[in-house]
Amino acid sequence: MVDAAAIRAEAGRLRAIFEAAGAQPVEADVLQPADTLLDLYGEDIRARAFVTDDPLRGEMILRPDFTVPVVQMHLASGAASARYVYSGTVFRQQPAGSERTAEYAQVGYELFGGASPAEDDAAVFALFLDVLKPFGLRAATGDIGLLRAAVLGLSTSKARKAALLRHLWRPRRFRALLDRFAGRTPISQTRRAILAEAQPIGPEMTEVGLRSRAEVEARLETLRKDAADPPIDPAELQLLEDLLALRSTCAEALERLGAHAGKMASLAPAVDRFAARLEALRGHGVAPEELLFEASYGRTTLEYYDGFVFGFYAEGRDDLPPVATGGRYDALTDVLGRGRGTAAVGGVIRPGLTAGLRGGA
Amino acid sequence: MTLKLGIPSKGRLMDKTFDWFRARGVDMGNAGNGREYAATSGVDGLTIVLLSASEIPRELGAGRIHLGVTGTDVVRENLAGWEARVREIAPLGFGQADLVIAVPNFWVDVETLDDLDAAAAAFRRRHGHRLRIATKYHHLVREFLRREGVGDYQLVDSQGATEGTVRNLTAEAVADITSTGDTLRANHLRPLADGLVLQSQATLFRSRAADFGPAGPALAALSARLGIQL
Repeated sequence: MVDAAAIRAEAGRLRAIFEAAGAQPVEADVLQPADTLLDLYGEDIRARAFVTDDPLRGEMILRPDFTVPVVQMHLASGAASARYVYSGTVFRQQPAGSERTAEYAQVGYELFGGASPAEDDAAVFALFLDVLKPFGLRAATGDIGLLRAAVLGLSTSKARKAALLRHLWRPRRFRALLDRFAGRTPISQTRRAILAEAQPIGPEMTEVGLRSRAEVEARLETLRKDAADPPIDPAELQLLEDLLALRSTCAEALERLGAHAGKMASLAPAVDRFAARLEALRGHGVAPEELLFEASYGRTTLEYYDGFVFGFYAEGRDDLPPVATGGRYDALTDVLGRGRGTAAVGGVIRPGLTAGLRGGA
Repeated sequence: MTLKLGIPSKGRLMDKTFDWFRARGVDMGNAGNGREYAATSGVDGLTIVLLSASEIPRELGAGRIHLGVTGTDVVRENLAGWEARVREIAPLGFGQADLVIAVPNFWVDVETLDDLDAAAAAFRRRHGHRLRIATKYHHLVREFLRREGVGDYQLVDSQGATEGTVRNLTAEAVADITSTGDTLRANHLRPLADGLVLQSQATLFRSRAADFGPAGPALAALSARLGIQL
């Protein structure tokens, strides 16, 4: 166990590096209004964060991360572009039996309003790589933008694509949806009968609740359309499966992605962005031949990254959480800014872990 | 120091528990006039502690009672990390109840959790808030829906008359205990085909935290009488 003073000193050291790189230091309240976080993450956040109850102000959450308050602060400032650094404690519930602590220090660096996504992604990653160099960590990278593009490129209905995108973060339901849209899960007999009926809502059924008859009928119509839609083309499915399973160096990944884009033209812009990022990384001294890429990386973490994602892990220490994680989250700023978002990329480091690795713990 | 057995303090659950022990040769029953919260145990060194069924998990978890009878639903909902804190000794064969997710019967488009998830997404776009599910089993239901990958819902607390929340427009769906389904039907609700969160029944639990040292002889005597390794 690393003592609190050592962690504080390490946090200060990391923060100073980011400040020297031009970031402006910012703070955030420990108690955050629950509504915003619940709207973003849904009920799951209650099992991951600490929800408290203030008799007057209602539910508050002990900040599970700095991202949301820092985005809100940036959007409220009206500044076009900015770089920020922050340092403080975050609070996360741990599963029963886990020995991980429920509160730990985080130092983060965020870049808003950048002009070139490829260059900004590369610059942020290179900065983290440089800061973490002394610890000999393994870097993992992914690209949620590629997965989104592959889903959007399927020759199927908008409704099916929207359903798949919504569950990109829940691999199990994503798989169930794919099976259904591929025609691998047959429509149930009850469902078939209801869709065939002229008056599926019988006269004996009492309408109760806020969800109206019109809403039920609208969804029945969607279901009828979906049942009439042909299954997704097996070749396209295979392509999506291949993409999800892709694990290689970034350089090899680029070659294979190029081949995929040859078969699915809509993938091309995302592959071009991937290529531009690799070029920019090379410019920062990061060789794509040595950097690992996993297409599914980042799919099971908090669902706000929508482009480049990265993480740093201590080799041979599977017991430890990632030492650092980060990525691009433009879409989150759009949600928080009600459509007036900005380009955003950044990451966090856990000084408790780097201090431990330094001490050989 | 005696062996302490926690038993629900009133109603059918208490009577059936007494019946279960009596049928196995343990002459257990209410002491006094039936209003006094005291009971006779019929075994030397065994003390009956009458408690609210919902408090029995906490007392077992803290080791203040050695054994306890309550529903599996209450233990799993109220005792975090329950497997590490109590052991299930024996299901008692009564108090059966299913925790189910139910929706209005006229939602003919919603049969499964997959439908509920899709309906919730559309509901949120239309009404500007997440689809509300009324329940008192917050942990069990949230964990179930997370595992099943259902999004765009929110849980609203309902400690009683949960089936009425839909009619009263304070929830769109419910997650509640049902044994026959009559109350659900009477309120125009129907369980989802795959919406069974938990099958519960009255169960005898053993605390993993209690000190059994001094209670050894009573435990052995009760084990022998019941013919169950406690």
